[in-house]
Amino acid sequence: MTDQTASLASFTGEEAQKKLRKRHRAERRFRAYGVAAILFALAFLVFLFTSIFSQGWSAFLQTSIKLPVEFSQDVINPSGNPDAEDEIFRANYVKLARAALYKQLGIDAEDRKVRRDANKLLSRGVDVQLRDMVLRDPSIIGKTEDVWLLASDDADALLKGSIDRKTPSDRRAVNDQQVAWIDQLVDKGDMEKRFNTGLFVNGASSNPETAGLGVALIGSFFMMLTVVLLAVPLGVCAALYLEEYAPKGKISDTIEVNINNLAAVPSIVFGLLGLAVFINFFGLPRSASLVGGLVLTLMTLPTIIITTRAAIRAVPPSIREAALGVGASKMQLIGHHVLPLSLPGILTGTIIGLVQALGETAPLLMIGMVAFVVEYPTTPLDPATGLPVQIYMWASSAERGFVERTAGATMVLLAFLIVMNSLAVYLRNKFERKW
Amino acid sequence: MNRFAIAASTLAVAALCTGGPALARDQVQIAGSSTVLPYAQIVAEDFGKTYSKFKAPVVESGGSSAGLKQFCKGVGEGTIDIANSSRPIKDSEIKACAEAGVKNIMPVRFGYDGIVFATDAKSDAWALEPKDVYLALAAEIPVDGKMVENPNKTWKDVNDKLPDWKIVAYIPGEKHGTREVFEEKVLVIGCEAAGGHKIYVDGGMDTKAAGKACYKVRKDGGAVDIDGDYTETLARIQSNPTGVGVFGLSFYENNTDKLNVATMDGIAPSVETISSGKYPVSRPLFFYVKKDHIGVIPGLKEYVEFFTSEKMIGPDGPLADYGLVPLPEEELEALQEEVEEGKVLSM
Repeated sequence: MTDQTASLASFTGEEAQKKLRKRHRAERRFRAYGVAAILFALAFLVFLFTSIFSQGWSAFLQTSIKLPVEFSQDVINPSGNPDAEDEIFRANYVKLARAALYKQLGIDAEDRKVRRDANKLLSRGVDVQLRDMVLRDPSIIGKTEDVWLLASDDADALLKGSIDRKTPSDRRAVNDQQVAWIDQLVDKGDMEKRFNTGLFVNGASSNPETAGLGVALIGSFFMMLTVVLLAVPLGVCAALYLEEYAPKGKISDTIEVNINNLAAVPSIVFGLLGLAVFINFFGLPRSASLVGGLVLTLMTLPTIIITTRAAIRAVPPSIREAALGVGASKMQLIGHHVLPLSLPGILTGTIIGLVQALGETAPLLMIGMVAFVVEYPTTPLDPATGLPVQIYMWASSAERGFVERTAGATMVLLAFLIVMNSLAVYLRNKFERKW
Repeated sequence: MNRFAIAASTLAVAALCTGGPALARDQVQIAGSSTVLPYAQIVAEDFGKTYSKFKAPVVESGGSSAGLKQFCKGVGEGTIDIANSSRPIKDSEIKACAEAGVKNIMPVRFGYDGIVFATDAKSDAWALEPKDVYLALAAEIPVDGKMVENPNKTWKDVNDKLPDWKIVAYIPGEKHGTREVFEEKVLVIGCEAAGGHKIYVDGGMDTKAAGKACYKVRKDGGAVDIDGDYTETLARIQSNPTGVGVFGLSFYENNTDKLNVATMDGIAPSVETISSGKYPVSRPLFFYVKKDHIGVIPGLKEYVEFFTSEKMIGPDGPLADYGLVPLPEEELEALQEEVEEGKVLSM
């Protein structure tokens, strides 16, 4: 009895209350640590996003100049033969654009220095812009039309504020005369920032204003396709065999350890392997997105095997036993019950593996995909780049316009990653079954 | 359904793989120096614009040595056609090439690049001499006729006209071609001017070993190797405005509002002073072509001719606009002739 009262007192007494308060304080501190850790991580995320967005949003706008361009027959097609494709292809379209610009600015086309300054307002890509118009519709030859032509990256940078007007003229990329012309064009409404479709369509370019993600997007698409077609069937088959058929023992343990190891191997190693095996041994072409896809397949395979095995293991034994009990064969058990039930887990794992592969640059370096590719790849065997590769290449360029494009391309990549990750969460929530 | 999916994808992949090697390559492939990369990009892009029947070449970067190594892998469609290089090809590389069957190499020296020292734009312009750079950055410098560990802490210690800044210089890492130029055209010259070279030779070294000893830069944080590209050097200067960086002329010309360039021996670097040879720290830029691929890879011959045309590398061409120091007229003509007749390196 006395023992009991004593122990009760130890729960209600002054001493006990003190202890209790101390424990509660410790509890609150413990939770606060958790909250602090999350806030810390969030702060980094917010910092990353604001720095990328504040730099990158302007990449989605591009300065253009509206000019009445005369598509003169003498310059484009002097022979008058509309079938002279080579002539039309090689015509001096820059001259047309420049003539229109001199007229618009009202400057003397004789003075070489003035002409040179004025030429620098137009992008080096205007010839392709005008040529594409002519090739699309040859009836335009001989007419004069208002065309929005790309402005040079320096003019663009001035309008976007990344060139400081207060810098002395001799250190500034655009001189005072050019600034005056730009202001004159802007005031008249002939120069403005328009939505930059080129960013998503164009291939690589040495001029920031005509550089785009087109080739990188196609290359990334081909690589993801290869990964889905190869890594998913291989990964799922491997996981099924290991979970359902493989006898548990030393061999299966060794395989498991090796798969886990493979998942942690630095990605550059897969690039070295890809160079040695796919390019040097099998003779596949360099810089091809098929080779990139194969390398990324090797890289994502362990992730898919590990997540698929976990998903298969989560199927309750009662379902297996019931199926076997009514006489299903092992293959029927897998085809009718195990696979459909573990599908959400497999999908989630696959998407996470794909996201990982989409953001990978290092293995692509070795197989020649970190390259300057202008032409669209039409098959997975053509040279191509990928989204992260394009970001890496732009980040090391000297021109000012590539800084915002680096951030802009990062935003595009982030958008893909967010969409894919949300899809993974959605699929998991929709198909997940609780037992 | 699952079985069908597996079978279909296996088939699809098999079809892709077998179709591969049968296809002929119709694009020129180039790899090599990151200094030459922007020039090669401009030419590749314009080449695609000008010729409707050829595709624009694919240009990889990765450094001169890596490019030449790939170049010397052998002959055939699976190997690259052109290696860009910011230094001449070495004898050992020519030998390696010959062993792998690459026997006919056409060298093309297409222009020059200047190497400049620059500080943050807010500082005053510096006037440097190779001797100053050597005394500031070398591991050992001569004091009273003996080589001692570099005692200089600030630029003012080196030269009274320079500001009282702690010595921190961002120099190209050892894998860059620029580093060799920096060593040969700045450190060794400075070493000779300061008398260090003579002390080494008097101490029993031969000239070559003495030159090598002059290259050694201090390891106490005064000279920082930058293994990335010039954008990294620029970022370092922006975070440490009292640092000095080594850049290519073209990079500086694209960032004149952020950097202030130093004169060398009283000469400011520019396209004019470099092509006349007055500015001392410059180097030729090259690319090497596999002659055996000409006629096999469509567009290769045209690309080389297009690159060496007046329109591209002449003084009014887009490469000069970007910062290339063009060849003098007679050198350009000689080069075009060599390309025409397909002159190869002698083995």
